Amino acid sequence: MLTIDQATFDAIVAHAKRDHPVEACGIVAGPEGADRPERFIEMVNAAGSPTFYEYDSTDLLELYKEMDQRDEEPVIIYHSHTATEAYPSVTDINLASEPGAHYVLVSTREHGNNEGPVDFRSYRIVEGVVTEEEVTVVPTLRSES
Amino acid sequence: MAIEVRIPTILRTYTDGAKAVDAEGASLAALIDSLDANHPGIKERLIENGDLRRFINIYVNDEDVRFLGGLEAELSDGDQVVVLPAVAGG
Repeated sequence: MLTIDQATFDAIVAHAKRDHPVEACGIVAGPEGADRPERFIEMVNAAGSPTFYEYDSTDLLELYKEMDQRDEEPVIIYHSHTATEAYPSVTDINLASEPGAHYVLVSTREHGNNEGPVDFRSYRIVEGVVTEEEVTVVPTLRSES
Repeated sequence: MAIEVRIPTILRTYTDGAKAVDAEGASLAALIDSLDANHPGIKERLIENGDLRRFINIYVNDEDVRFLGGLEAELSDGDQVVVLPAVAGG
């Protein structure tokens, strides 16, 4: 199960809507081993594409060095689908390289840049196997601990 | 003398869980061969058809090796090598 606070949930949705029709992507980091998505980080989609995303290689290194220094790990790796459902594509599955992360997919196909609900779904992707999990949105993460 | 190589989570099955290991080589290709000698199988995860895999990034002293000659990139003792899989999808 993914437990996420409302502000982070909203930030992911806002990013996806803003970047539509290009795929939005980013990460939510958290303390190693805690499974708490605490630090929301928007990434630039270097591919700038409606059907593909990739972090810029320099940004990627910066991100991982920073997480390393802070004893963090990627808790959520999110991206949007702009014309299809919020389910991992074959490419998503083949390239998934963080077996410990929650892979969040947001679909903006219904409302694009406009107001309106979006599909927000979360998965584990481990060695090519996709398992959907429940998403629980809480007011703040702190109230849980 | 050795070069420290940072290993990403997904490849730590080859290094008994180690986040960083030492390897040797005057070029990236030689370094990867030395890595593979101690951690058999890791080379195949980094190289395909004689070239760096498209969705694997390797950095030498914070510079993407694609700008340093790829597998031909020259290395010296004390260099820091980082391996990171691309975060990408469709």
